[in-house]
Amino acid sequence: MMMHLTALRRAAQGHILTPRLETPFHERLAALSETNDWYSWAGYKAPHSIFDTELEYFAIRSTAALFDISPMVKYRIRGADAERYLNRLTLRNVARLGIGRVHYTAWCDDHGHVLDDGTLFRLGSDDFRLCCQERHLPWLLDSAGGFSAEIVEETSEIAAVALQGPTSFAVLEAAGFAGVEALKPFQLADFPHLDGTVTISRTGFTGDLGYELFVDAREALSLWDRLWTAGTGFGLKAIGYDALNRARIEAGFIVANADFITAEAALRADRERMPDEIGLDWLVDAEKPFFNGRDAIFRARERTTLKHVLVGLEIEGNIPAEGAIVYHRGKKEVGLVTAAIWSPLAKRNIAIATLSRPYGTRIVDDLWVEIYALRELQYQKLMKRARIVARPFVKLDRRSANPPGRF
Amino acid sequence: MTSFDAIVIGGGHNGLTAATFLARSGRKVLLVEASDTLGGAARGYAFHPGYSSPGLAHIVNRLDPEVAVALSLDDKPSAPAPTVVLSPAGRHAVLRGGYGETIDGVSEDEAKRFQEMRGKLIFQAGILKRFLRRRPPEVGEMALADFATLVGAGLGLLRKGREESRDFLRMLLMNVADTADEYLTDDRLKALLAFDATLGIHLGPRSPTSLLGLYYRLTGEMQGVTGAQHVAGSGGRSTAAAFETAATRAGVTVRTGIRVERIVADRGHATAVVLSTGETLGAAAIVSAIHPKATFLTLADAAEIGTGFRRAVGNIRSKGNVAKLDLALDRIPDFPGVTAADLRGRLVIARSVDHVEEAFNPAKYGQFSTDPVMEITLPSLSDPSLAPSGGCTLSALVEFAPYALADGWDKGKPAFQKIVLDTLESYAPGLGSSIVATSLLTPVDIEERYNLPGGHWHHGELQADQLLVNRPVNAASGYATPLRGLYLASAGSHPGGGISGLPGLLAARQVLSEKRA
Amino acid sequence: MKKYDVVMIGGGHNGLVAACYLQRAGLNVVVLEKNDWVGGAATSRELTPGFLYSNCSYVCSLFRPEIMRDLELPKHGLQVISYEGGAVLTRDGDYLASYRDHDSHRREFARYSKRDAEAYERYARDVTRQCRFIQPLLMRTAPDPFSFKPRDISELIYLAKKFGEFSTAEMAATLRFWTMSISDFLDEYFETDVIKAYLALSGIIGTALGPMSPGTAYVLLHHYMGEVDGSVGAWGYARGGMGAVTKALASSFQASGGTIRTGADVAKVLTRSGRAYGALLADGEEVLGNLVVSNADFKRTFLKLVDEDALPERFVHRVRHFKMRGSSGKVNIALDSLPEFPALPAGSSCIRGDLHFTDSVTRMERAYDDWKAGRWSADPFVDMMIPTTLDPTMAPPGKHFVSCFVQYCPPKVGGNDWTDADRDAFAETVIKQISDYSPGFRERILHMEVRTPREIEQEVGLTEGNIFQGELTFDQLLFNRPVPGYAQYRSPVRGLYICGSSTHPGGGVMGAPGRNAAAEILRDLRHTSSNKMSPAHDVI
Repeated sequence: MMMHLTALRRAAQGHILTPRLETPFHERLAALSETNDWYSWAGYKAPHSIFDTELEYFAIRSTAALFDISPMVKYRIRGADAERYLNRLTLRNVARLGIGRVHYTAWCDDHGHVLDDGTLFRLGSDDFRLCCQERHLPWLLDSAGGFSAEIVEETSEIAAVALQGPTSFAVLEAAGFAGVEALKPFQLADFPHLDGTVTISRTGFTGDLGYELFVDAREALSLWDRLWTAGTGFGLKAIGYDALNRARIEAGFIVANADFITAEAALRADRERMPDEIGLDWLVDAEKPFFNGRDAIFRARERTTLKHVLVGLEIEGNIPAEGAIVYHRGKKEVGLVTAAIWSPLAKRNIAIATLSRPYGTRIVDDLWVEIYALRELQYQKLMKRARIVARPFVKLDRRSANPPGRF
Repeated sequence: MTSFDAIVIGGGHNGLTAATFLARSGRKVLLVEASDTLGGAARGYAFHPGYSSPGLAHIVNRLDPEVAVALSLDDKPSAPAPTVVLSPAGRHAVLRGGYGETIDGVSEDEAKRFQEMRGKLIFQAGILKRFLRRRPPEVGEMALADFATLVGAGLGLLRKGREESRDFLRMLLMNVADTADEYLTDDRLKALLAFDATLGIHLGPRSPTSLLGLYYRLTGEMQGVTGAQHVAGSGGRSTAAAFETAATRAGVTVRTGIRVERIVADRGHATAVVLSTGETLGAAAIVSAIHPKATFLTLADAAEIGTGFRRAVGNIRSKGNVAKLDLALDRIPDFPGVTAADLRGRLVIARSVDHVEEAFNPAKYGQFSTDPVMEITLPSLSDPSLAPSGGCTLSALVEFAPYALADGWDKGKPAFQKIVLDTLESYAPGLGSSIVATSLLTPVDIEERYNLPGGHWHHGELQADQLLVNRPVNAASGYATPLRGLYLASAGSHPGGGISGLPGLLAARQVLSEKRA
Repeated sequence: MKKYDVVMIGGGHNGLVAACYLQRAGLNVVVLEKNDWVGGAATSRELTPGFLYSNCSYVCSLFRPEIMRDLELPKHGLQVISYEGGAVLTRDGDYLASYRDHDSHRREFARYSKRDAEAYERYARDVTRQCRFIQPLLMRTAPDPFSFKPRDISELIYLAKKFGEFSTAEMAATLRFWTMSISDFLDEYFETDVIKAYLALSGIIGTALGPMSPGTAYVLLHHYMGEVDGSVGAWGYARGGMGAVTKALASSFQASGGTIRTGADVAKVLTRSGRAYGALLADGEEVLGNLVVSNADFKRTFLKLVDEDALPERFVHRVRHFKMRGSSGKVNIALDSLPEFPALPAGSSCIRGDLHFTDSVTRMERAYDDWKAGRWSADPFVDMMIPTTLDPTMAPPGKHFVSCFVQYCPPKVGGNDWTDADRDAFAETVIKQISDYSPGFRERILHMEVRTPREIEQEVGLTEGNIFQGELTFDQLLFNRPVPGYAQYRSPVRGLYICGSSTHPGGGVMGAPGRNAAAEILRDLRHTSSNKMSPAHDVI
């Protein structure tokens, strides 16, 4: 056994030859890529764009888009106590997550500071998959003490791709995934693929009709090809993160370490955030059994010591306010815009911002953002009125229509 | 479901103290003890027909005066027992009174220097003592009373002037070896300081912060004498019995031979305990006077406590280094050069600071010392009921004998026992031939006998990083714990181990200070 | 006779830093250096033709960038290059590398343990938080908690405020961190021995403590506080060896009009009625000055250079008990070609970082036990660096210079002074250690310089060969460094200051003690030009 481990360890020495890993879909993405515009997503080569961010965005909104989400960190949690374990770990009540269902959730440390958010897939009564942005193996393992639950990271073993957009159902149907029409939002099922299966969930990060597909990494390319072939008649395009990011802002979704700093990454203690401070208060369930951070969250609510609030903003004009400072009455600095775009779908200038309470809670009027737009080596400073609006900024009926529409 | 105001888990002296104070305040208190007798580490045991040991705590040196008075523990004032530092050549040094108020067997100069150092250390320990007799201050959210203690300590320091104040901050985290070197030249005295500072602690005398162990000893007092010690049972009855009587008198319901299987909680609030009998008993306050690790890693449901908290509890360092030897002897042993009167005191085998340091070295690597250091008492001389007439018992705390012995204690114990007996023989020739029976408890045996994880009598290393606000862990340092309704009262809590009763007393105060549910 | 404003005893890096600042403030400063070269323990000497050695110190990351800027050291030739990582070679023929690339670093750790690879993130965060707390204290004079002077009180309030920025839980964690051993601290994060061994090194370098000694977690911080161009914790290397640092300092000093006298061995500090007025050289010459500043260590200054009767008895007692036992040795080697490490992949960047051969904390601790017993270890902890892989100017083309820092090395051997035979036997343990991992290493050796505490004391003048001019234990840190009541660079002798690493914030080629001492001196002179000193860099 020892010898075996040593041999494995040595065999892995070569990792340094490929400092950027390639996802199981990389071969196809690389072949499609016209812009050759890559970045590192958790150590994997991932595309900013494939051919044209603008057009990729429109693929999401008018046809269908394939986005490789393999670098998303995936954990498999199995065992007799898996449900109890996850119930203690995460904010929402896992007992109420049915088999074959998915829910969005978040988890906190003992101080109620958010460690990450993600989606929890219930694959069986004692079998779950947790997908998230950051790595949490030590936390998940330490949380397992006292539970009969096995935690395995399966990021590299499981390839995943998001198929999003109005024709996404039609693509799946054309690809021969019989019965996929029965999937309601946040539902998942296994479908045969070659000799194995692919798990398809009706989930996504775009606020549109869409699916996420999980498959053994060895079958990634065959799955891609199956979708790609089926997608030819439905305007299927491969897309990069920049296009997806636009869609997710429209949908009002937040991204860890972009819209908030995860507790284990925060070098400055005041950057840590409680769920209520990043718009996740709705995940906190007072009735469910104990969970990490419970006391701290309720104490903060009771003593009103919450310091921040995350809001959606609609801003005058059309210049995106990314990174802009938010002012009250144009003078007092009260927050920061963390994500902003001109929304092509809503034709509004939208933003996600973090404000210091009571701004954004008690005081919601007379907010301004100061936009520094760099134009040909000169900053154009714009002071624009901002209004707090509900998220999502764009709500699409097709996202939740049952049965899903074909176009 | 039967209900109590408070259920105390564990009938060690701290559990008994907590239960007694709670019952005296009118609470309906149940105390549950897994073993058949109360007293915990102060609980004696028979180890051979006719021969009994006074228990793990064969010396009592830090009984809190308030606990003593409240529980009427000190009924018979008696003179502090002496400490004899044995020298292989038979030239022993004998410390008398409260930690060497007078010393026999050393040069006049050395005695003078010892007094100078003793005075300084007792003064400094006195400053620290202010923090031991109250709940650790909450850093960051310091209450007025905490602040007052701090200011009081500061003023107490300044009473002796700026130089002494500065020296206090300099010495606080020093090692005992360097401190001893600043004052002393006599290896026996230095060895004694080194031994006392590290007894029961995983540090060598040259490890930084090892002076804290000595301070801790000097914060103790017996019958108003700082640094004094009594051999257990010298008051005519066992310490355990005294605590038990006080609890019974206060009206505590005591159930022995019953284990608490688990603590029942809902959404972070402890409400009841489930007993080995199958009963579920409810209580507004559950006070655990057993090891914090046993409390949170075994009794509490992991689903009811935070990951970070459980991780912190798991990180408590609590691996014992001391073995307990009990010998049944057919006669009183002869330690040449030790008077009959001094045999009633404490005998210490430690030749030099290096001897203690070198005895510690192997413990770092999971090996026992082949040249151990130890303290010895002859308990039956103080409590004749422990041995048949004409016979005698010898009790020794021997270090270093690490809990996690690399080869395992099954294999190691016979070898270690031989080393210990050979060592004793060299100081008391003929002792071997008088042995009727031998009982050696390694930390693993101590763990099993006393349900002490790691066999550590302090319920967690008494080191700087596990003191005050970090004892046993920060989130539970105020006796209340993140599992609401559950309180800690064992030596694992501030201020730590030894027969003081303070953790029990302070835990009871904390329970009483909170609103009745 | 010429009278200087300031007589600086010793031309080590702190002495030069202080001298530069004082000279730039308009004072007339002379630096007296006993050797024929300046630099103290930050020197590069050509001991064999064509090879420049970093004879003592070998890492340049602690040196404060504020000082480099103030004294225009880049203009005077100083250039610092980042290390490229490093590796621990393990006994089973594998290695654990550290890489600058975050993901490569994680994947390398993950070869040993996926859990540890990720735990490293939390570990790095926690240590960084501590660094951020401590870093601003480096360039400040430690307050005296019992002087009750307004300035000390306001500094104490500053400290309390800094501490107050922590949450309650973090304050408690900070108290733990400061008092823990690096071994216990690492145990809370990691499960793999070689990973712990790799990380523990910063907890012991230069200290007379083992990784299992409480307080070594703080020592780790001391080594992490360094930065290379804002990259906190990065280790750097001075182009041209560590002598480049002091060469630049000397050049800067002379450019601003300062006088350096080498071969000027100070025998005594001249005092008259409790006031220092100059230095007496070994050859009998008196060099007079209004102020005297000693860059020599605390013990050397007050037990050798100052007459005992000029000092309070209690102070002398404290000086005698100031702990500065040497714990490190150095083996500098000239090689005729680059050594090979078959365990490392061909072309590995690790060879341009530091290499270790101690794959467990236990082995480090056992080496420390040897030191405690007054012997060098047969299995020493070696921090090996081949500067020529980063800086070809150090050796003739194709040839290499190897710097081996060795822990532990006792000040005396079994209670006796070092002999040449001891020294050679000590060096042999190092050569053997390296040869076990680098076949043919021995055959490549052209020349070797071995420094035990004896050589370090003889040449550099560091008492007992302690490279930090005093051990880094709690009783000798902050307001306790070197001793309570004299932690503000002043001494019981009026006009006599100390500016070496014996003072806050301690050892390492940091320059902060020298700068802080200069600030105090200028303060005493009510000098307004102390504003030529840049404020400490922001930690935001």
